[in-house]
Amino acid sequence: MTDQSYNFAYLDEQTKRMIRRAILKGLAIPGYQVPFASREMPMPYGWGTGGVQVSAATLMPDDTFKVIDQGADDTTNAVSIRKFFEKTAGVATTEETEKATVIQTRHRIPETPLHEDQVLVYQVPIPEPLRFLEPRETETRKMHSLEEYGLMHVKLYEDISQHGAIATSYAYPVKVEGRYVMDPSPIPKFDNPKMADCPAIQLFGAGREQRIYALPPYSRVVSLDFEDHPFDPSKADHPCDLCGAEDSYLDEVITDDAGGRMFVCSDTDYCRARREAGHVGAQAPAMKEGAGA
Amino acid sequence: MQADTLKGGFADASVQSAKAFRAAMNAMARPGRIELLDGARPPAPMSRAAGALILTLCDPETPIHLAGMHDCPDVRAWIAFHTGAPIAEPESASFVLGNWPSLHPISRFPKGTPDYPDRSATLIVEMPELSATGARLSGPGVKDVTGFALPEVASFQANAALYPLGLDFFFTCGSEAAALPRSTKVEST
Amino acid sequence: MYVAVKGGERAIDNAHAWLAEERRGDTSVAELSTSQIREQLALAVNRVMAEGSLYDPDLAALAIKQARGDLIEAIFLIRAYRTTLPRLGASEPVETAKMACDRRISATFKDAPGGQVLGPTFDYTHRLLDFKLAAEGETPQAPEAEPAGGPTPHITGFLNREGVIQSEPEGDEIPPDLTREPMELPANRSLRLQSLSRGDEGFILSMAYSTQRGYARNHAFVGELRIGAVAVEMEVPELGFAIEIGEITLTECETVNQFTGSKTEPAQFTRGYGLVFGQTERKAISMALVDRALRWKELGEEDQGAPAQDEEFVLMHADNIQATGFLEHIKLPHYVDFQSELELVRKLRREAQATSMPEAAE
Repeated sequence: MTDQSYNFAYLDEQTKRMIRRAILKGLAIPGYQVPFASREMPMPYGWGTGGVQVSAATLMPDDTFKVIDQGADDTTNAVSIRKFFEKTAGVATTEETEKATVIQTRHRIPETPLHEDQVLVYQVPIPEPLRFLEPRETETRKMHSLEEYGLMHVKLYEDISQHGAIATSYAYPVKVEGRYVMDPSPIPKFDNPKMADCPAIQLFGAGREQRIYALPPYSRVVSLDFEDHPFDPSKADHPCDLCGAEDSYLDEVITDDAGGRMFVCSDTDYCRARREAGHVGAQAPAMKEGAGA
Repeated sequence: MQADTLKGGFADASVQSAKAFRAAMNAMARPGRIELLDGARPPAPMSRAAGALILTLCDPETPIHLAGMHDCPDVRAWIAFHTGAPIAEPESASFVLGNWPSLHPISRFPKGTPDYPDRSATLIVEMPELSATGARLSGPGVKDVTGFALPEVASFQANAALYPLGLDFFFTCGSEAAALPRSTKVEST
Repeated sequence: MYVAVKGGERAIDNAHAWLAEERRGDTSVAELSTSQIREQLALAVNRVMAEGSLYDPDLAALAIKQARGDLIEAIFLIRAYRTTLPRLGASEPVETAKMACDRRISATFKDAPGGQVLGPTFDYTHRLLDFKLAAEGETPQAPEAEPAGGPTPHITGFLNREGVIQSEPEGDEIPPDLTREPMELPANRSLRLQSLSRGDEGFILSMAYSTQRGYARNHAFVGELRIGAVAVEMEVPELGFAIEIGEITLTECETVNQFTGSKTEPAQFTRGYGLVFGQTERKAISMALVDRALRWKELGEEDQGAPAQDEEFVLMHADNIQATGFLEHIKLPHYVDFQSELELVRKLRREAQATSMPEAAE
């Protein structure tokens, strides 16, 4: 049931038009950060206001919406954002990746491959991949316009000379369609390959920094690397202790005072679906037939 | 003001524009794919799809240039009443509406700047028909290659050569629309 | 046995209920009314209006109550409410020369037409805790004088007549709107002033203070500080002329700054400008100093590399709602990113160990 005191999906129509125009330009120039007049939302900057604005401009009443934070549907901020759209847009919600038409995410890409009829909306804290190398927007804008990305390569190469490897493990920069270097938001580099050649539309919203960018389906997205130090999307070398998955990104959970630990899927829906299908990990609790977690 | 001017807008603006936007977004994200874009009843010679695009995307912040026979009192009045968008010269337009011959030369329209390539015009090209057979399109949004009957090839190749600057296009006919962003590689078959 | 943490929704509801209880505090103490906040915590209300960019004392008082006195939280509530309001139009520029001044002082002249009016200021109070306020009692009536009739001309106007202060160009271009357009740099002066006027009082104060201590010192005198009510007028297209739609209290500060002149300009004074909603004079003076520091380029001064001269630094960090949101977001779960760092550190340590082991064996 939609709360009648708000417009559909909270934002007024003029604001949605402004965001929608920015999304279209973003799709037309993949990886380029389109400035937009981000509004103050009823949740703090840095807590997903960009993603929320993009979702609000994208959602239709018959959409099925999923929100994840750290891969999980039940983390507090994911719960809070899902509730916001249940209240203001009256959309159906789901935890199942497969059934969602719009997915808003913070820090992960679902393990279940996305399909053509889906939109993935990323919450982005710092959209500028060059920001930590050059704090000035006036400078980084120039660098993008001149396609001058030497600074980024120097930084990655300094990592290699100092540590023997590229010391960036999340928000790992990518190059889109051979032109713009883009920040994929703070997803673990394990997720980077999922951005490339993806059938779904990927939209990125940075509220505080007032930027929207996008990847159309099947875009070329390449993680920056060097011939002698190829990109390595590694994760914990361990299967999930609950569902036994070998291919999913894992959270490490400390289980007792003695430093005991277990590794579990960060994608809670993926892990649940696997356990329901009968997969069992090394430390899985005994489950009754067909019972969900 | 004619009575028809007041008609033909979205009856339920927030829901209809949400649906129209998703169709427009799908079109722009998947060059050449034909999407249903209905809900508007604009005056002739505007198509329903062009009307829906303008209702969904235009407002007082977006100057519109009307080209050829689309620059007529009925269309002007309808756009003014339903969107408040100012009518503009080609050089300052955010959106442009017309059929293909009337849009030439397209180099008149803003193509963005190296710092802000997004500050470019979006052209809504009214077409006699939309068809998936024609020029070969490839690039972002297209799995391998797809086809679309562009009104010609050379202008779109020239536009793509400006990348990341350039114009973006919607093609409209009846209640259908397709799109071609600047990022698409265009070849004749 | 590990059980995935569930029940986020219930945890949130419970937290909100607890917050509401804490907000009320001890129920044997009478509840605060928003009108009490509006009347008796007026300077807090003013700050919330100024940084919330919304002139409505009742809503600001409500926000302060809801925020349990956390002014930045109250400003946030006002900002979030403000963005949902329709824009019906823009007012005419307010005429501060026609202000009905409650306070008007100049540090540059001993006296001036309109006189020096101290008004309700803390300036010469001795900062001794007044325990009488802890006990309840009536406040004696303050003595009253006849209000001065007629407009109070600006002090800088007198300097202007002599040509010893740089004059500001007249212009009728529509200023950009920080709240409706993305910030674009370099910013023009009206955009900078908007940003400073709604910027965090503490941040603007510290920036201004840094200029006084020598980081782009600009030798400011308070040419004039005035606080009072001005009429807000709006042109109504159907009428064809402007009508008064209300009255707001503003604090305006104009600083007079030393300037030695350049090759092209004779020696003259320059200005910094501050204009803020409500009685907010610390903020208005700070704003004027920072405005002046940011004008180095247009006045042909040297870039000393001082923080207050750095437009991008000042404008990108002045907003406390942006700042506090991003600062506090690090409370949110980041365990996915942390895990990826953990894996990387382990890997680098393994590799370092592997390379140092053979040497150790030798």
